[in-house]
Amino acid sequence: MKPTRLIDKTWFRYIINTIAVLLAFGLLVLLTGPTGEGGLLNKYMSQIFIPMGINIILAVSLNLTAGFLGQLPLGHAGFMSVGAYAAALFSIHTDFPKAISFPLSLIVGGIVAAIFGILIGLPALRLKGDYLAIITLGFGEIIRVIILNIPKITGGAYGLKGIPKDTTVISTFVCVVITLFLIHALIKSRHGRAIISIREDEIASEASGIPTTYYKVTTFSFSAFFAGIAGGLYAHFIGVLDPAEFGFMRSVEILVMVVLGGMGSIIGSVVAAGALTVLPEVLRGFSEYRMVVYSLLLIVVMVFKPSGLFGRYDFSLCGAASDIAKAIKKLTHRNKLGIHEEAGK
Amino acid sequence: MNNGETLLNVRNLGINFAGLQALDDFNVQVAPEEIVGLIGPNGAGKTTVFNLLTNVYTPTKGSIDIEGNDTRGKSTHGVAQAGIARTFQNIRLFKNMTVIDNVKVALNNNLRCSMFETLLRLPTYWKEEREAEERALELLDVLNLRAHAYDLAGSLPYGAQRRLEIVRAIATNPKVLLLDEPAAGMNPSETAELMSNIRKIRDRFHVAIILIEHDMNLVMGVCERIIVLNYGLIIATGSPEEIRKNPTVIEAYLGQQRGE
Ligand SMILES: Nc1ncnc2c1ncn2[C@@H]1O[C@H](COP(=O)(O)OP(=O)(O)O)[C@@H](O)[C@H]1O
Ligand SMILES: [Mg+2]
Repeated sequence: MKPTRLIDKTWFRYIINTIAVLLAFGLLVLLTGPTGEGGLLNKYMSQIFIPMGINIILAVSLNLTAGFLGQLPLGHAGFMSVGAYAAALFSIHTDFPKAISFPLSLIVGGIVAAIFGILIGLPALRLKGDYLAIITLGFGEIIRVIILNIPKITGGAYGLKGIPKDTTVISTFVCVVITLFLIHALIKSRHGRAIISIREDEIASEASGIPTTYYKVTTFSFSAFFAGIAGGLYAHFIGVLDPAEFGFMRSVEILVMVVLGGMGSIIGSVVAAGALTVLPEVLRGFSEYRMVVYSLLLIVVMVFKPSGLFGRYDFSLCGAASDIAKAIKKLTHRNKLGIHEEAGK
Repeated sequence: MNNGETLLNVRNLGINFAGLQALDDFNVQVAPEEIVGLIGPNGAGKTTVFNLLTNVYTPTKGSIDIEGNDTRGKSTHGVAQAGIARTFQNIRLFKNMTVIDNVKVALNNNLRCSMFETLLRLPTYWKEEREAEERALELLDVLNLRAHAYDLAGSLPYGAQRRLEIVRAIATNPKVLLLDEPAAGMNPSETAELMSNIRKIRDRFHVAIILIEHDMNLVMGVCERIIVLNYGLIIATGSPEEIRKNPTVIEAYLGQQRGE
């Protein structure tokens, strides 16, 4: 195994992935038009890509904690709401030009959510056992009650109004790509290996010199950061924030996407989040039964493929290409063997 | 060999589990590159010693220091960083990770790339990853695991899993290596190979080794000094010859055999 080969292959992979992202971008512009209008799809249908992107960011970031770190958080919507309110308040109360204000507000939303992630994660993750589920569950509800009870800042139950509607399909797409890149970059590194080793065996991980609490808290706040970004996108998409949107069911919805797609599979989260965003729109008349459909889907997947649609499958275009090449080789090889067997009989 | 130098110094170590004194008055001084055997009937407290040395359990009394550094109050990963590495009686590999990634996890402490450099994929990241890959492959070579480098650890045959655990422990760059029943479940030829591997590891990595093992041929063949535990107490220490003849030891083992 020559190290030069490792590098060459990596560069090749980067070029392929960049081309894929550009193609996806081109397709998106073709469908929705450069400004969200004038594409092949009408304005209403174009808008679906925004919640889709937001859900992808939420699912992939939750998967980081649930699938790769192996800890179960139940309050992802709580971090989303923190990010949403922080980003919205930043936009409302500052006077930067839009081109600066909007991206900056997303980053503010992400950072505030990440700080909450550290504050919640530090006590919860130091303890052994499944305290994280309980504490994050509590956090999600408490944060909602707090938002309701400081109406001077958050608008309370009337909602926070007057948020500039800056989120576009393109800006959502950019955020999705950056999120996927960063989470992938984290996973494929010494830090990512440390994180996965904690999921695999915490005691062995410690014994191998991994500071597990540090990595748990870091991963958790990383995951909260992206939930905050998704919240910021959501705030600037909807324009009005209502604390009721960020309840426990929203957290469960994100978790269902992760479980359906496969814990520990980034591509699984992307596909599941995409599909579960479109599905309720397609079944417009049944939208009240959304949670029923989710539960049924979940039961079916748990019965037939408990590890989720993609298991821990790690998708890469290069990998897929070489898998296909291998499969074809195998197929032709098998055919040859078949002929020999026939001849031998 | 000994020079009177002490690498690991354990004094009066003891632990009490809700009334059960699993270990008491455990004393041992280990010299650099020494191979010490730790034997005794099941339940004697051998694994407990390892759990105490690595701070998986907190001792109720006594002290441990390595190269003069007290390990009290350190976390398990802190102890690993101070130079004590171990394997587990019940194999604990990162089963859904590749063989080479298992080793790379243990290399983590020797890698320096920050989160920032990692996420932005700066040149330092690529350089370090390449070095880690090479280093991990070299380490896998030591116990003939290179051919399996890109297989999942959980898919390895039993004997290879035990060897991988040893490689992973060495990858933390330890001064003391604790092996908990490394020959358990191995066939005689694998055990013979293990014996030569233990010596090879000591010579190549300059580690001291404490070996818990039931296979007496292995223990007598490779250890320079043996400690015998029974019911949490040291009942004998000495060279393999001395232990073999020691009436208390014979009694403890015969007693156990009669009991079973
Ligand atoms: N975490 C624990 N809690 C309670 N008892 C324990 C614990 N760990 C070990 N023991 C007890 O300590 C004794 C020694 O166990 P151990 O060190 O595993 O023996 P062995 O010599 O076979 O490795 C046993 O009686 C065991 O039940
Ligand atoms: Mg034991």
